[in-house]
Amino acid sequence: MGGDAVNAADTVLAVAQALLWPLAAPLLVGWVRKAKAMLQNRRGASVLQPARNLGKLFAKETRVAHTASPLFRVTPYIVFTATWLAAAAVPLLSTHLYTAALADVIVVAGLLGLARFFLALAGMDVGTAFGGMGASREMMVSGMAEPALLMAVFTLAMSAHSTNLSSVVDHQLTGGTLLPSMLFALGSLILVAVAETGRIPIDNPTTHLELTMIHEAMVLEYSGRHLALLEWAAQIRLLLYGTLIANVFFPWGIATTAHPAAWGIALAALAGKLLVLGAALAVGETVLAKKRLFQAPAFLSLAFLFALIGLISHVILEQGL
Amino acid sequence: MSALWVIAMAAPGLALASSLTGVFATARRPVPLRFLSLPLFSLSGLAALLCGAMALANGGSATLQLPLGLPWLPWQLRLDALSGFFLVLLGALTLAVGIYGVGYVRDFERGRDQLPPLGAFSGLFLLGMELVLMADGAYLFMVAWELMTLSSYFLVAFQHDHAANRRAAFLYLLMGHVSGLCILLAFGVLASFSGSFAFAAMRAAHPDFLWASVAFALAFTGFGIKAGLVPVHAWLPEAHPAAPSHISALMSGAMLKVAVYGFLRVVFDLIGPLHWQWGVVVLTVGSLSALLGVLLALMQTDLKRLLAYSSVENLGIVFIGLGLSLIFLGTGHRLLGALALVAALYHALNHALFKGLLFMGAGAILHSAHERDLDRMGGLLRRMPWTGTFFLIGSLAISGLPPLNGFVSEWLTFQAALQTWQLHSGLLRTLIPVAAAVLALSAALAAAAFVKAYGVAFLGRARTRHVRRARQVPVSMRVGQGLLALGCVAAGVFPSPFIAWIARVPQSLLGSGLPQAGAQGWLWLTPVSPTTASYSAPGVLFALLVLAGLTAWLVHRGAVRRVRRSDAWDCGLTPPTPRMQYTATGFAQPLRRVFGAWLRVDEQVEIAGSGPRYRLQIADRSLALFYAPVVRVLDRLTRLVTRIQAGNLRVYLAWTLGTLLLLLWVVTL
Amino acid sequence: MSVQLLHSLVLVLAALALFAAFAVLGQARLLAAIHAFAWQGALVAAVTLTVAVAESAPELYFSAVLTFSLKALLIPWMLHRLVRRLGLSRHLDRPQHPMLATVFAVGMVMFAYWLVLPLVQSSLAFTRNIVAISLAVVLIGLLTLVVRRQAVAQVLGFMAMENGLFLAAVSATHGMPLVVELGVAFDVLIAAVLFGVFFFQLRESIDSLDVDRLDRLNEAREDQP
Repeated sequence: MGGDAVNAADTVLAVAQALLWPLAAPLLVGWVRKAKAMLQNRRGASVLQPARNLGKLFAKETRVAHTASPLFRVTPYIVFTATWLAAAAVPLLSTHLYTAALADVIVVAGLLGLARFFLALAGMDVGTAFGGMGASREMMVSGMAEPALLMAVFTLAMSAHSTNLSSVVDHQLTGGTLLPSMLFALGSLILVAVAETGRIPIDNPTTHLELTMIHEAMVLEYSGRHLALLEWAAQIRLLLYGTLIANVFFPWGIATTAHPAAWGIALAALAGKLLVLGAALAVGETVLAKKRLFQAPAFLSLAFLFALIGLISHVILEQGL
Repeated sequence: MSALWVIAMAAPGLALASSLTGVFATARRPVPLRFLSLPLFSLSGLAALLCGAMALANGGSATLQLPLGLPWLPWQLRLDALSGFFLVLLGALTLAVGIYGVGYVRDFERGRDQLPPLGAFSGLFLLGMELVLMADGAYLFMVAWELMTLSSYFLVAFQHDHAANRRAAFLYLLMGHVSGLCILLAFGVLASFSGSFAFAAMRAAHPDFLWASVAFALAFTGFGIKAGLVPVHAWLPEAHPAAPSHISALMSGAMLKVAVYGFLRVVFDLIGPLHWQWGVVVLTVGSLSALLGVLLALMQTDLKRLLAYSSVENLGIVFIGLGLSLIFLGTGHRLLGALALVAALYHALNHALFKGLLFMGAGAILHSAHERDLDRMGGLLRRMPWTGTFFLIGSLAISGLPPLNGFVSEWLTFQAALQTWQLHSGLLRTLIPVAAAVLALSAALAAAAFVKAYGVAFLGRARTRHVRRARQVPVSMRVGQGLLALGCVAAGVFPSPFIAWIARVPQSLLGSGLPQAGAQGWLWLTPVSPTTASYSAPGVLFALLVLAGLTAWLVHRGAVRRVRRSDAWDCGLTPPTPRMQYTATGFAQPLRRVFGAWLRVDEQVEIAGSGPRYRLQIADRSLALFYAPVVRVLDRLTRLVTRIQAGNLRVYLAWTLGTLLLLLWVVTL
Repeated sequence: MSVQLLHSLVLVLAALALFAAFAVLGQARLLAAIHAFAWQGALVAAVTLTVAVAESAPELYFSAVLTFSLKALLIPWMLHRLVRRLGLSRHLDRPQHPMLATVFAVGMVMFAYWLVLPLVQSSLAFTRNIVAISLAVVLIGLLTLVVRRQAVAQVLGFMAMENGLFLAAVSATHGMPLVVELGVAFDVLIAAVLFGVFFFQLRESIDSLDVDRLDRLNEAREDQP
């Protein structure tokens, strides 16, 4: 919290952890692509390829449409920053994180909402049909995914009696047992994560077919460093959801002390968990086909119902456990 | 008279002066309205703001006897923390509205509209609201309440050459009267236990559960109608858009809050011990309003109607907070009740700020582009950069996004809802999470609605010629909007001092404040305890700015800094025209399909001679489900009455005679 | 004079006022009815004067003067003038069933007596009687409104009711506060003026002063022509 608990070492660690997010994010995307390629009997590009792509985009010339307003040009910075800050409040390696006190899990959801709000506006800014289409679809998906996300984390928050993610993870480490409500919340969170990060079966990150694309339609007019920032933000978001699932439901290995050795263990544990999650995502994307747009609400209302059932079963059945 | 009462009396005095000076304005001589009436209006708001702040600072209550009223029903005024808070809210909004109005009323100088009623009734409207907030007895309360309703009726009917406006005004008047009647009956029930219409006597009397519930039901119906809760909201989306925009801002921002004040005053202050069963009712109605309000807002293409429906949603959120508060207080959790109450009050304040701002923005568009239909707007951000920026701030705030103020109050409501585990009843434990889910859903949908409104109106390209010619609005209108935008940012970034002030209301009303909220310093907001939840809005804003600066600095160090302008991607076909853009109707289409069952969607494609025509009508289901049966029953009853209503004067007199004889006989029994 | 004697004088005068009420009810000729009303006003003023003497209440003298000038002189004169200007001086307006109306009126007098019996049992017989008479005057006034079709006659009924109320106020409670009395007097005067305007409007729009023809409001009748 404020004041006494904050010392120099904590600050260094918090900053280091915050900086780790943008560095690690392209790697996770690279790993998912690699795993997918291997499942399809291809060799696939290097795990570093997404990072190299970002570097290439940053070096390229940036083009902006004549019809774009200033909002179009500030949006990439806002989206990137808000996503990064939201990520920085999620315990990545250590629960001893004072940025987590800065912003609890509702704020994290709010910051992601802020990024999405600006992204959708930017999509509508140029005045082409694609941008509006993407914005409209994105708001439909998020309109249902965001409440499901909140409900899922509320289940955890209620059992930990806290909405601070650090406290939630601590609670899971010390007293958390696997309860039915947790299973529901986990299921809901996975569904939401798939929808919010624009993966199959809701959206396809690699398509540019106007009938199917959501996220890509919004960023269609972006190029150069603007596009790089938006891509990077999307990668951070994927890592954020992955970490949320990994560290909240399976908090094993996370550092609870500010000891370098603990951090090393935590890093290894996190890498292991994310490798598994990434592989699972790749398998899911390989065996599933993309759904039609109007089947997405059914998918998302399932997530919402899971979360609600989880929350209710927690407050009714598991009280006092 | 103390300084407090001097300022407090200045507020209604100035409002009355504003009303009187407004009478002398004519289209040819608008100076009295613009440079006398409206500045007085603003000053009245400033006085209300000051005396409200002083009353909040006092903590206790102060009363003043007015030399008016009837011999045995004196008019007494009272200022305590609750009325102080609402006076601050009303005053802040009025101040901005008065400044904004100076530029906005120029619109009416060229037209055929009559200026005298505008100034006169605006002043009376403000006077009514201020007196409602200060009244310390049912008699003055009802007089002020009716003054507020009637003068705002004339403002809704201001542009009466449109039939739709006349209809809206009539509907408003009708519902306003039903509401007034219910409130009067509620006071009647309370007065029968206290033996007096003074609030002090009602506070002392404690009716039994049954009669208290009757009074609660009447008060909730009466104030609920005025607050625009579903299903008695039908007047709101008709009346608010019909009024001139600065009045719409005041009606949505302040008048609905006066209804909230009335509800708080009667239920939390006067009735006596609270019961959690009432909270269940309030919570249910609030949730329903939030959800249905936002769904209907999402479907609108008229900007002012969209804002009006969004008011239904936001009042729903306020009542969710009040319902939670009632439940917690009724089960003996004072601290949590105070938390939920603070959340509701904070949302009421925030809604006044951002909805006032947004209605002013809609007014600015109306002023410079003469357009209310979203589907004909577009590209206004570049033509009206100030209005565009302020409207963006308002949209972000109303969508509940950090670090602005809408987020803080929703966050507090969630924090209150998350304390459900402290309750023991299974019903409540199920209900509150569902309400929280509804709140989350409506917040997300509100974001969609305002992406739509902002994106279609301000971004993209102009869809019609007159919108393309839109120009910057006068300075006074920009200042008015700027003040409220500043308020939104301040209330969002520095919530702790605001909450410390608001917490004085539960402190004086329930005897329990929020000792923990600001315990960690002004940087931190910790409503329950630091380990339960914490939010540092200044920290988040600071971090956002630092990270954004860092990112921009790093990115701009790269090799290519230049940005080249080029055409938008046209798929290699013809260049895109403004007509190819997504319209507001198109934007809402996916969500319309998803939530179609909640609305009454009538979608038709007609193949006529000149090609296919697309028709879309979205109606409110509450019309068919709630109003139609009520109308049917009333109709049947009135048919019965027509038998008695022979139309012959002497027959009526005979009925009177008969009734008199009967009553006289009854008296002697 | 003894108080007892004054009391019986009040009763006699009040009974005469009641008789005047019967006259207003039954008199077919408008001018005669107006005269009856003027007599009633004069009688009420006389009652006020008597009570003033009996109770030695000086403000009731003023009240008596006011009543006399207003109800016995001014309003009858105004109505008189109206009737002449409307050309109704020879107009006959008979109740449809004059006997029935009278019988009913008698019934109401009995009802009024029966009503006050328990009301003021403990009080003096004088008060009981005077309240009963006043009530009867009020009820007969209302009955006049019901049975007379002529608008002018209805106004007379209305004013007669007011007389009855005034009678009760003066004799049973020794007069209302002066402010209230002035207000009521003023109201009555205004009402008389307004009725005058109303008559002209009425005749202009339906060419008659027969209130039975004011039944256009009836929705049911329009539905079934």
